[in-house]
Amino acid sequence: MEMNDLRGIATIFCVLAFAAVVFWAYGPSRRDYFEKAGKLPFEDTEVAERGEEE
Amino acid sequence: MYEHPEYNYKVVRQFSIMTVVWGIVGMLVGIIIAAQLAWPELNPGLPWFHFGRLRPLHTNAVIFAFGGCSLMATSFYIVQRTCQVRLFSDGLAAFVFWGWQLVIVLAVITLPLGMTSSKEYAELEWPIDILLTVVWVAYGIVFFGTVARRKTQHIYVANWFFSAFIIAVAILHVFNSLAIPVTLTKSYSIYSGTVDAMVQWWYGHNAVGFFLTAGFLGIMYYFVPKQANRPLYSYRLSVVHFWSLIAIYVWAGPHHLHYSTLPDWIQSVGMVMSLVLLAPSWGGMINGIMTLAGAWDKLRTDPILKFLVVSLSFYGMATFEGPMLAIKSVNALSHFTDWTIGHVHSGALGWVAMVSIGAMYHMIPILFGRKQGEMYSKKLIDVHFWLSTVGTVLYIASMWVNGLMQGLMWRAVNTDGTLTYSFAESVEASYPGYVVRLIGGAMFFSGMLIMAYNVWKTAQLSSQSAAGEEVSA
Repeated sequence: MEMNDLRGIATIFCVLAFAAVVFWAYGPSRRDYFEKAGKLPFEDTEVAERGEEE
Repeated sequence: MYEHPEYNYKVVRQFSIMTVVWGIVGMLVGIIIAAQLAWPELNPGLPWFHFGRLRPLHTNAVIFAFGGCSLMATSFYIVQRTCQVRLFSDGLAAFVFWGWQLVIVLAVITLPLGMTSSKEYAELEWPIDILLTVVWVAYGIVFFGTVARRKTQHIYVANWFFSAFIIAVAILHVFNSLAIPVTLTKSYSIYSGTVDAMVQWWYGHNAVGFFLTAGFLGIMYYFVPKQANRPLYSYRLSVVHFWSLIAIYVWAGPHHLHYSTLPDWIQSVGMVMSLVLLAPSWGGMINGIMTLAGAWDKLRTDPILKFLVVSLSFYGMATFEGPMLAIKSVNALSHFTDWTIGHVHSGALGWVAMVSIGAMYHMIPILFGRKQGEMYSKKLIDVHFWLSTVGTVLYIASMWVNGLMQGLMWRAVNTDGTLTYSFAESVEASYPGYVVRLIGGAMFFSGMLIMAYNVWKTAQLSSQSAAGEEVSA
């Protein structure tokens, strides 16, 4: 195996890894999960307000 | 002093105040050295006041003191609020605060004295490097310990960016700083020649990628939605953004060594990876800016949001310019010119400082027991915003002009092959640009003074209202 094979394999690996991340992020079964995750900064109000609103 | 019943706000408040203090110190040193470049007479023959010694003090102070305190303040704040749990250990958090301040004070003492490993952005000598490693590990333990104790199921994306930042900086710092000590204040790198250069810029560019980018993206991913009071434009995009950004950034370092003794193919890898980096960078920028979609009117009335959104615009500009400068033929023109300094400050002032300032204005009132963004004076935030924006634009525009001019003058040749200009002629031609840069920097600096006043008055208001409550009770 010469150097260029390794380069080709590395490129393919990167493309596959990227595709896997995109699939994981945009997979329909995880839609609700990520939707909920995006609201996380707003869910701490109950805890935070114990201190902030006296 | 105000204490939150659940969260450790004390260490966050300490780091926030020191963010403002070190911002003022670091930028003041920046102004001094900018003035020295415009008027060399300001190098009065004092060794410790020389440009060559103050310049690393400036970079260390703004990156690690101002930027570092900002990152530690916001990361400790965000990790508590999004994991809904108190910091892992108050004692260790206090150690991180005082240890970090000690590292900075040691830098302020040793760098003007000329004690330096001469590695860019890693100038501190080996005993300070070891102290820094210990403090950093403690920081990691506090952060990851808090994540491990979280009451939420999911780890919010801002914490992913902080995690990558903490882990990557630990690895970068340790491997780049490996050295053989000769005396207490002098050591030599274990790497030599081209390998040393490559390790240096593997470190150097990832300091940009993980310290100045990933960490501050963590700030952006929490404070932009919070201040706009809307969830992120696309949480899924932030997932893709995170993995692509951290996977690609580590390869970009060789673009600092174009046309050097570094093997050609590594230079090309660095160039190509830098170009690819445009995609995740802009993905993140779009994700932040589009969070305001449908609420653009808030930008008219909310100066804190202006800071955050304009910082993203500068981030977009800097991350477009960066890949361009990484192209070999462009780099042949820009290298060693002021264009590089302009590019760095477009990121440092426009992105890093402005996103930090926006986050501080949001957070500091909360840390003093008030509502988010309720600073003493909103008007002064607005003044600060315009000073920062105009100052940054003056800075980078003058450096563009200088950089292009220097690059073109250095490569100009007469028909007989001799150089058209001497180097000194290009220095003389740079003078107006240096003065404009100084003005821009001074504007940015004066904004920080206004911020300090505003923070001071906010703290006073808070202690007054606390005293008032005690009386009425």
